[in-house]
Amino acid sequence: MANKYKDVLLDPIFNNNPIGLQILGICSALAVTTRMETAVVMALAVTVVTAFSNLAVSAIRDHIPSSIRILVEMTIIASLVIIADQFIKAFAYDISKKLSIFVGLIITNCIIMGRAEAYALKNPPLISFLDGIGNGLGYSFVLVVVGFFRELLGTGKLFGISVLPLTTEGGWYSANGLMVLSPSAFFLIGLLIWAIRAWKPEQVEKD
Amino acid sequence: MQSDSIRKTVGVALAVCLVCSVLVSTAAVYLQGIQEENKRNDKIKNILMAGGLYDKKTDVKTIFKEKITSYIIDLSTGEHIPEDQYTAKLSPETFDIKEMSVDPEYGHEIPAEADIAGIGHMPKNMLIYSVTENGVIEKVILPVHGKGLWSTMYGFVALSKDLNTVRGITFYEHGETPGLGGEIENPRWRASWNGKVVFDDHQKLILQVLKGQVNPASPDANHQIDGLSGATLTTRGVGKMIKFWFGENGYGPFLKKMREASSNG
Repeated sequence: MANKYKDVLLDPIFNNNPIGLQILGICSALAVTTRMETAVVMALAVTVVTAFSNLAVSAIRDHIPSSIRILVEMTIIASLVIIADQFIKAFAYDISKKLSIFVGLIITNCIIMGRAEAYALKNPPLISFLDGIGNGLGYSFVLVVVGFFRELLGTGKLFGISVLPLTTEGGWYSANGLMVLSPSAFFLIGLLIWAIRAWKPEQVEKD
Repeated sequence: MQSDSIRKTVGVALAVCLVCSVLVSTAAVYLQGIQEENKRNDKIKNILMAGGLYDKKTDVKTIFKEKITSYIIDLSTGEHIPEDQYTAKLSPETFDIKEMSVDPEYGHEIPAEADIAGIGHMPKNMLIYSVTENGVIEKVILPVHGKGLWSTMYGFVALSKDLNTVRGITFYEHGETPGLGGEIENPRWRASWNGKVVFDDHQKLILQVLKGQVNPASPDANHQIDGLSGATLTTRGVGKMIKFWFGENGYGPFLKKMREASSNG
């Protein structure tokens, strides 16, 4: 039994990664990964929202009429996102300025809706909650890895602290401008998926 | 199929909405105070940064209170609005550029041909700041805003007391691409504005933002700013914003009045 909980929590990180295998939530992964700081806050927000939306949906799963199932899920998700946004604005104002509309757009993040539909509707609350955290962590893993490379190669910094001194500031590293543009995240996510599938060949789709 | 009866459907929908709305409004109401405070502090921090007064260790509000004086001016005449004419909307505490711009009483539409900065509407008055030391005005801090590539950029430009030398520039609100247009926040770029000349001897605006690098050997270097590489449109927006706000429709009349006052006094 304990194993089952552990699997639900950890599987989405490498074995069933929402971005890497399910290819969900790509859009926000492009937008917020130019800096580690924003990537981490966004990852946290998505994890919290996924976990609690799964918990709430699962708790009332026997009472949700199937005709308004999606509406109920959306209402719950939207409310959680607004609350998360309000908290970020109150306690991490500088970061909320950088994340701007992307926090609001968590609502449209396919991972959350996908997990509510695919998992929380059929499973009890506790394990659904863990599933939410697990998928949030899977998303976070990709965001943090992509954010790490984009910030480091694009601006020579990590969390805003200079790591590779830039030529423009008297150092030796010439920043790669492509890294701060969205397409670079595609390349990085592509490379990451390649790396995961080289390590776990069972994830490769059959043609 | 008890869950699918109409009564149950409506009941569940209502209950979910009720619970969610209570949660959302509680969070919003409870956190609003902190959020407004953050916004105010952030703006104050930017005013201090423009004025070269920002210090990480000291509370921004303490410095602000000590060193900064706020005024409201009438942009068309350049006159100060005396304190007894302050109203509920027109006072240093409540002045809000966005609200004032679209308020029919306090703002007006800018004719398309004059709207260099691409802002559409502007307020008739402006809340400006000065850095005062021992009763003498050392710097004037003027709010500016204009359209960049994606967003309207809001910032402050500080001039020294000769009203002709830039002492600082900051942006406190914008939605430009981080790493490209967002580099308008870069401290090094902002520092490059320091000491640049705004007007020539005939009060003609000469401060300009180039596309590319300024040639330091050029005689024009003292009034030219490096363009940000990879951010041509944002930089162009900054240039237009400067052109607008230091022109006749912006702070032109105010600066003229201040110059006259200082040459007479």
